[in-house]
Amino acid sequence: MLPNTYKLLQKKKKAILELWMKNQLADEGLREDLISNDELRSQSEELVSALIGNLSSDSIDDFNSDQWSPVIEILGGIAITRARQGFTPRETGNFVFSLKEALIEVLQQELQGDLQSLFAESLKVNRIIDNLTVVTFETFIKGREEVILRQTDEITEISTPVIRVWDGILALPIIGTLDSARTQVVMENLLQEIVETGSSIAILDISGVPAVDSLVAQHLIKTVSATRLMGAECIISGIRPEIAQTVVHLGIDLSNIITKSSLASALAYAFKAMRLEVRKINAVQKF
Amino acid sequence: MVLSLSKDTIQVVREQDVVLLRNRIKEVAVKIKMGLVNQTRLITAASELLRNMLRYGNGGHCVVEIVSSGRNNGVRLTFTDKGPGIPDIALAMKDGYSTGKSLGLGLPGTKRLVNEFDIKSKVGEGTTVTIIKWANG
Repeated sequence: MLPNTYKLLQKKKKAILELWMKNQLADEGLREDLISNDELRSQSEELVSALIGNLSSDSIDDFNSDQWSPVIEILGGIAITRARQGFTPRETGNFVFSLKEALIEVLQQELQGDLQSLFAESLKVNRIIDNLTVVTFETFIKGREEVILRQTDEITEISTPVIRVWDGILALPIIGTLDSARTQVVMENLLQEIVETGSSIAILDISGVPAVDSLVAQHLIKTVSATRLMGAECIISGIRPEIAQTVVHLGIDLSNIITKSSLASALAYAFKAMRLEVRKINAVQKF
Repeated sequence: MVLSLSKDTIQVVREQDVVLLRNRIKEVAVKIKMGLVNQTRLITAASELLRNMLRYGNGGHCVVEIVSSGRNNGVRLTFTDKGPGIPDIALAMKDGYSTGKSLGLGLPGTKRLVNEFDIKSKVGEGTTVTIIKWANG
């Protein structure tokens, strides 16, 4: 950019802001329900000052230069606030695009006689504003991704509860896919709970696991081995007929692990192992 | 003669994509009225191959097709990655052989789970595995 141009823009900062505000307020898409005009003005002013303050002959050609980071930071902040206020990404994008119109209009007025430089300068302004608009979209998407990641973490936490079904018997229903990260959480929770409750039997229920492939089986075997090292016995329950057939076809050897088809039969086994008996109360007995 | 009736490509780059693909395969399998046991076999086979692809091939893509041959309908899955390739396929197909500390049942197990199994690999270029499971096969 010609040295005079950015000086000119700096000089015309106030005019640009006024023009931009005028455009925004006249726009049909103005969302007075979401943002007050004063707040809009302060947002716009902040962005214009940052943008024009950081214009220089170096920064204008290279959007990756460090000079842009304060502008990107401010714009990122604005994009997040707007997203929270309920603006759509399109509206935030239009907010930045309308600045372009104001900038170009000012350039037009100032460089009236010099068409060639007007064209060149307009192109550069275009490029910067386009980059800034992309920044608002990136911020928006990043915000969404953070929400998704947080939810993923929450799901992993929620879905692995260790239940104390009896004194000395723990049950752990696994629901969903058992991947490496999940196994780690499951194993940690289980081993911790074994120590805390002094349990001697743990039941891993896989009724809610949609598919058992060799990796899932390997994870299960590891969990069982770790439980045994802690001195507790581990039973795997909830093996559905189709899963049993698949495991056999895959050639996975689970023969040295105690497996049961349902949680009930696993519990019965556990009672037996602990020399406990569940009996029906004699009907004749009166209370 | 195997005819392809519908075709769908899914990119797999992260472990989470496994769930997405599994649901897609399940949908397709239900559509051609595949039994529950065969569904589970197909899905397990697919997740074996997917895990291989993620672990050794840095991800890739999977083509899910409904195919028909005579009166038989089935699902054909084609897994393609641009990973390092397998130097000795015969060895990789052996039970218990693994370069990555796993059980070594992925490829041989998959072959036992499906009706048709084909593997092509070129060192340095990548691996393509094609499997077919017939609805009543």
